Amino acid sequence: MSLATAEKLEDIKARNKALISEVLEVYPEKTAKRRAKHIGTYEEGKPDCGVKSNIKSIPGVMTIRGCAYAGSKGVVWGPIKDMIHISHGPVGCGQYSWAARRNYYIGTTGIDTFVTMQFTSDFQEKDIVFGGDKKLAKIMDEIQDLFPLNKGITVQSECPIGLIGDDIEAVSKQKSKEYGGKTIVPVRCEGFRGVSQSLGHHIANDAVRDWVFDKSAGKPVPFESSPYDVAIIGDYNIGGDAWSSRILLEEMGLRVIAQWSGDGTIAELEATPKAKLNVLHCYRSMNYISRHMEEKYGIPWVEYNFFGPSKIAESLRRIASHFDDKIKEGAERVIAKYQALMAATIAKYRPRLEGKKVMLFVGGLRPRHVIGAYEDLGMEVVGTGYEFGHNDDYQRTTHYVKDGTLIYDDVTGYEFEKFVEKIQPDLVGSGIKEKYVFQKMGVPFRQMHSWDYSGPYHGYDGFAIFARDMDMAINAPVWKLAKTPWN
Amino acid sequence: MAQNADNVLDHFDLFRGPEYKEMLENKKKNFENAVPADEVERVREWTKTEEYREKNFAREALTVNPAKACQPLGAVFAAVGFESTLPFVHGSQGCVAYYRSHFSRHFKEPSSCVSSSMTEDAAVFGGLNNMIDGLANSYNMYKPKMISVSTTCMAEVIGDDLNAFIKTAKEKGSVPQEYDVPFAHTPAFVGSHITGYDNVMKGIFEHFWDGKAGTAPKLERQPNETINFIGGFDGYTVGNLREVKRIFSLMNVDYTILGDNSDVWDTPSDGEFRMYDGGTTLEEAANAVHAKATISMQEFCTEKTLPYIQGKGQEVVAFNHPIGVAATDKFLMEISRITGKPIPEELAKERGRLVDAMADSSAHIHGKKFAIYGDPDLTLGLAGFLMELGAEPVHVLSTNGGKTWEKRCNELFASSPFGANCHAYAGRDLWHMRSLLFTEPVDFLIGNTYGKYLDRDTGTPLIRIGFPIFDRHHHHRYPVWGYQGGLNVLVWILDKIFDEIDNNSNVPSKSDYSFDIIR
Repeated sequence: MSLATAEKLEDIKARNKALISEVLEVYPEKTAKRRAKHIGTYEEGKPDCGVKSNIKSIPGVMTIRGCAYAGSKGVVWGPIKDMIHISHGPVGCGQYSWAARRNYYIGTTGIDTFVTMQFTSDFQEKDIVFGGDKKLAKIMDEIQDLFPLNKGITVQSECPIGLIGDDIEAVSKQKSKEYGGKTIVPVRCEGFRGVSQSLGHHIANDAVRDWVFDKSAGKPVPFESSPYDVAIIGDYNIGGDAWSSRILLEEMGLRVIAQWSGDGTIAELEATPKAKLNVLHCYRSMNYISRHMEEKYGIPWVEYNFFGPSKIAESLRRIASHFDDKIKEGAERVIAKYQALMAATIAKYRPRLEGKKVMLFVGGLRPRHVIGAYEDLGMEVVGTGYEFGHNDDYQRTTHYVKDGTLIYDDVTGYEFEKFVEKIQPDLVGSGIKEKYVFQKMGVPFRQMHSWDYSGPYHGYDGFAIFARDMDMAINAPVWKLAKTPWN
Repeated sequence: MAQNADNVLDHFDLFRGPEYKEMLENKKKNFENAVPADEVERVREWTKTEEYREKNFAREALTVNPAKACQPLGAVFAAVGFESTLPFVHGSQGCVAYYRSHFSRHFKEPSSCVSSSMTEDAAVFGGLNNMIDGLANSYNMYKPKMISVSTTCMAEVIGDDLNAFIKTAKEKGSVPQEYDVPFAHTPAFVGSHITGYDNVMKGIFEHFWDGKAGTAPKLERQPNETINFIGGFDGYTVGNLREVKRIFSLMNVDYTILGDNSDVWDTPSDGEFRMYDGGTTLEEAANAVHAKATISMQEFCTEKTLPYIQGKGQEVVAFNHPIGVAATDKFLMEISRITGKPIPEELAKERGRLVDAMADSSAHIHGKKFAIYGDPDLTLGLAGFLMELGAEPVHVLSTNGGKTWEKRCNELFASSPFGANCHAYAGRDLWHMRSLLFTEPVDFLIGNTYGKYLDRDTGTPLIRIGFPIFDRHHHHRYPVWGYQGGLNVLVWILDKIFDEIDNNSNVPSKSDYSFDIIR
């Protein structure tokens, strides 16, 4: 298979090679050597993408990455809606991540639900000098007093906490005891830990294991188990993604007992060990807890991909394969039910998008997961990379990308700009920090973290929105106006 | 199935369909262990009470929904106001991702900034190597004319010494010896984003004026007739600085805008990405020492910078984000006094047009009660204008306002009969504001995007003025300073007032007798 019909594979590979050497030229020698390991071209048949990953970002290069706090508070814990998540440390981290990720939920905010609020210990100099444990204890008291319907508290550590030697675990245990066993979870997700958001996911997963599972072991769940109980793991309900996924699982006859963590609750976390199967969307951020549940409770887990009809059908069948014929028939029924919608969507949008080239740079699963959805629309992904992927992500990526795809791990601002400038894709999918750079260059862009304030993109209902949005981006008349007509 | 290829439903409508509603109800009923609806309602009502307000105001440790950010955000804001300057934040890298996102969401523009990406080993051994490598990489990759270094709280907690680090990096050849690398320590646990702005502005002047960290002779001030202008941390920087330049040109004033980020956050879409655009040139920054005077539009953004400049022998004058007629009058008269240039007829006419507009619309604003929150100077500017319009700024709240700010507010309230029932709340947050709006309701709220939660909870219509504004586009391109700026603020307020009147009088045969076509 060739990447682009008009171009020869050898030419593409040669172009990539030249392009890579060109961008590396700008770096001091030491940096060029380090960056060279993160950029490459996928060669068909290889077990991974030929790039190194999950390594420290290089100072001063304008990495797109975030930090462990972002991975824990921003991704894993923040969406748990009936708990209060304290951004513990100075005011900024909580402020910049306040309600920015579009984790949709239903609830009365400020009363029984707290996702789009910013609770912070707003550290001052004296807290750094004398420690923040007393303040933290008092904060928990005040939370109990003013937000009595909260179902638990997490402490999301910002950088200073680990540096000044605070004992947030002791405070959490003490307060939990005082409040009659309330779930209080200290999370050591200081931003300087690890190399990206990724360690924050892992730390947050471990915190669920240590402070939720171990504590709630033996606690009865509020429902009767059924043979069809599954938990959605690694869907943050961005723009409602988990909802447009859940509906398909339920339509095929499964019962979703928990959502991790979009629109999720502490009760759902606690009940998850009762699941018969964990279905895992974002492998990167929640494989840890899935593996733990497999080892400890014997719950198998299966990865799935709900972007685009091809992958959705494949995933529904894969999930169904863990169950009896009733569910397998259910999966076929669901696929058939949405067939007309998918055909109509593709008939409408494919002619407008056929052959368009896309370059991606996103987080957890999307650099590979969305490729199928683009292909369903006749588009091709010619370059992709992960902000904080590991080698297992790049291995999985080989199932999605075509021979000759340009791969860039932890891309720098400079590299991404040069790659796009030379390859001239019809669309770039990345984040808010990248959006306006490429739009200035005249390249259509969609934010692929936040769905650019649209969504959902998961599931069949989501695919119609995805198709509409990609068309809207690429075929917007504004791109034709960038050049002055008098030159 | 509600979804349809011909009329694609996204999150606004999709989830309101019966199948999703049923699904979500079942989720809640069966798996969420939800609090019973009547209990939610009871607590919701309780949070509206005086009793709750008292408890809420008794908070000593917890901050909920603050209206402030941390120092390094202001550091980046200040740095990009200088020609081809790359902000370099020494510390953890996630912070920089946050600042960039925050600014891009407000200005809808790229925001370039780098981090020294310190991790655990740097926490133990210090971030010297990160500085050495980082400066070399940034210098080579992004070809800035200047790199402005500030810090995150991580680097501050471990005590990294920027002066020494930069010196060492230069010795190691990261950047040329004579290359400009001003710096400022900007600990996130002191002050707020306006403090960071102040520290970086002062750091840049110290660099150029006081001998570039001991590597050049100090500049000898040779007073001239120019004036310096500092805008402060301002969400309307694009519109405001352009308006100020226009006013100064009309007055024939010889001026230097210090920290001019009006171009870099308003670059055209013409096929080219400009990482840098416009800005105060480094030469101008150095020569600013010779100016006759320095004007700061925001006292609380320049608490250290202004006294430092004054120490060089310049006259300094500070305003509080002047908005409206009297505040603009005072601003122009001060400029005129300092420069000796008369205020031209054209500005007098603009003034008259603003007064005319206020007179035309006064009846709709007069007596209306407002709550305002935001940065200290902005809230003062807005409160002054509201009183000028005959409105009452009943609650004025600033999370990063302190005692001096409170004093300024009280002086302002005392200057007008419309300030009689007004109160300043320093150091309070938006959860405090929520209690205020429930227990002492007002007609309108003025604040940034986060105010929409207060609007939703308390039913107080929000007029979006402040930073950040994420959910409305392009207002930052309009000035709020000068008489033209006053007109913009007036129109934004009026638009909301009229929308509210219409929304409250549009029920056929119930209230639509007031659904007037002429207002």
